[in-house]
Amino acid sequence: LRLICTTTAVQRKNVGAPGPEKYTEAFIKKQIEEFNLGKRHLANMMGEDPETFTQEDIDRAIAYLFPSGLFDKQARPMMKHPTEVFPEQRKIQWGEDGRPFHFLFYTGKQSYYSLMHETYEKFLNVQKHQDQLIAQDLPLQKEKRNLAGSRWLSKIELEEMLLEKLSDDDYSRFIQLLQKLVALPCADIEENYIQKFSKEVPVQLQKVVIEPLQYDERGVAFSTGEGKRKTARATAVVYDNGTGKITVNGTDILHYFPVLQDREQLLFPFQFLGRIGKHDMVCTVSGGGRSAQAGAIRLASAKALRSFVTEKEVEFMRQAGLLTVDPRVKERKKPGQEGPRRKFTWKKR
Amino acid sequence: DDKLLTEPLSHPDFFNVKELFTLKDLFDARVHLGHKKGCRHRFMEPYIFGCRLDQDIIDLDQTMQHLQLALNFTAHVAYRGGIILFVSRRRQFCHLVESTARACGEYAHTRYWQGGLLTNARIQFGPGVRLPDLLIFLSTLNNVFEPHVAIRDAAKMNIPTVGVVDTNCNPCLITYPIPGNDDSPAAVELYCKLFRMTIIRAKDKRRQSEAIEELR
Repeated sequence: LRLICTTTAVQRKNVGAPGPEKYTEAFIKKQIEEFNLGKRHLANMMGEDPETFTQEDIDRAIAYLFPSGLFDKQARPMMKHPTEVFPEQRKIQWGEDGRPFHFLFYTGKQSYYSLMHETYEKFLNVQKHQDQLIAQDLPLQKEKRNLAGSRWLSKIELEEMLLEKLSDDDYSRFIQLLQKLVALPCADIEENYIQKFSKEVPVQLQKVVIEPLQYDERGVAFSTGEGKRKTARATAVVYDNGTGKITVNGTDILHYFPVLQDREQLLFPFQFLGRIGKHDMVCTVSGGGRSAQAGAIRLASAKALRSFVTEKEVEFMRQAGLLTVDPRVKERKKPGQEGPRRKFTWKKR
Repeated sequence: DDKLLTEPLSHPDFFNVKELFTLKDLFDARVHLGHKKGCRHRFMEPYIFGCRLDQDIIDLDQTMQHLQLALNFTAHVAYRGGIILFVSRRRQFCHLVESTARACGEYAHTRYWQGGLLTNARIQFGPGVRLPDLLIFLSTLNNVFEPHVAIRDAAKMNIPTVGVVDTNCNPCLITYPIPGNDDSPAAVELYCKLFRMTIIRAKDKRRQSEAIEELR
């Protein structure tokens, strides 16, 4: 929900450089000198060569000299180069005679508008080229640009690139202009320019590699799988040509899991695939409680069974929820309450 | 140095801007075409030659005089190293105006005008900002057909303005109005060309005069 009626005080203030006195050029230079001096002192203290003292060495030295038990890594003592510590600031935009350097300085958002200007110029270039090709009756190239594997820069990334604040409207306008540019047939000419603003999207669906079957000394096929549930961790080895015997931590499941529910959980993957009497299983499990161990072994056995089974059946297993790690863990207790959700008894008086 | 600055002011047309354009050029670029009779602004009536089939025709003789005065003024400002800001809120000519400004080495503003740009410049840009010394309007109206805020702000900040006023515009607060068409691409390209040539000419003249002074 966006507040429509806000006072000008609440909206973004039209402040020029925020605190230009703090990060002047001279200040940053001094900080860099102090950093280099400090680096050499640190190297001497640690007994290492000051010339070849890298940033990782600095981090290790600081972690050794100032051990901190704080959880947040960024709250611990650190010693970094000033360019990483102090955010990049815009330097003074005009020369000695007062004339600004950039021709769009008086608009307020010079980088953004100059970007729009450049992009529009590329657009006009492409149109001109297209007109020339049409005049010469040449065919317009149309190689389908692969849009699936790339995305445009996000608003925050664009802000970092331009060192300027953008509004949502500005950003959407820029993206629309880029899309118009890409839609033209002869946009290949400006491919270099467009690539500055597009990013490769990493393949999200990481194809889970199903391991092939391994064969032991007797020639029996087997496969391993790992699973976890709450704090329990289990590994299972499923052998082919078996009789349905299941061993857990050296003992039979009847002795290890006296409760029927746990044994049902173990047998569920085999029952789902209809291979109850066909496989043998040997598993090891540690941690957690009764149910958690059962769930962990179930997941481990399902993962191991993937190697024995067709891809379609793997998809069925995945849809049945046999291959998903159960994310539920014990919720922490909060202060001011008796448990994770239970509040203290409320007394009227 | 003093002589450099006072010498051009003694001549009526030191930079010879009259030769840059002729009446025929203005006519060919369709500068004389105004809007329809219903859109006519009361204060533009002195500049209108007549009305044909409901369309106003601007008097090109007056336009010539005003254009000569305006170009002369811009040349003087450019000669003295002043900051010139081209303003236009027409989307068609945004790119053209910005390219013209860049070619001259001056500045342009063809985007949304934030309220306090001239009046609140100290806070918006920083403490030591220098404001423009001349505003050139290629179109005095903004996208809602109202007078551009910059005209009023420049008048408040004592910045002289040069502007192309069409038959539906208000020429009141503009120091050097140029009655003429601001809608046709041909007319706007002509104006851009003229301003660019005057500014470049004035700057070259300045450099030459400085070189001559240094040789002495």
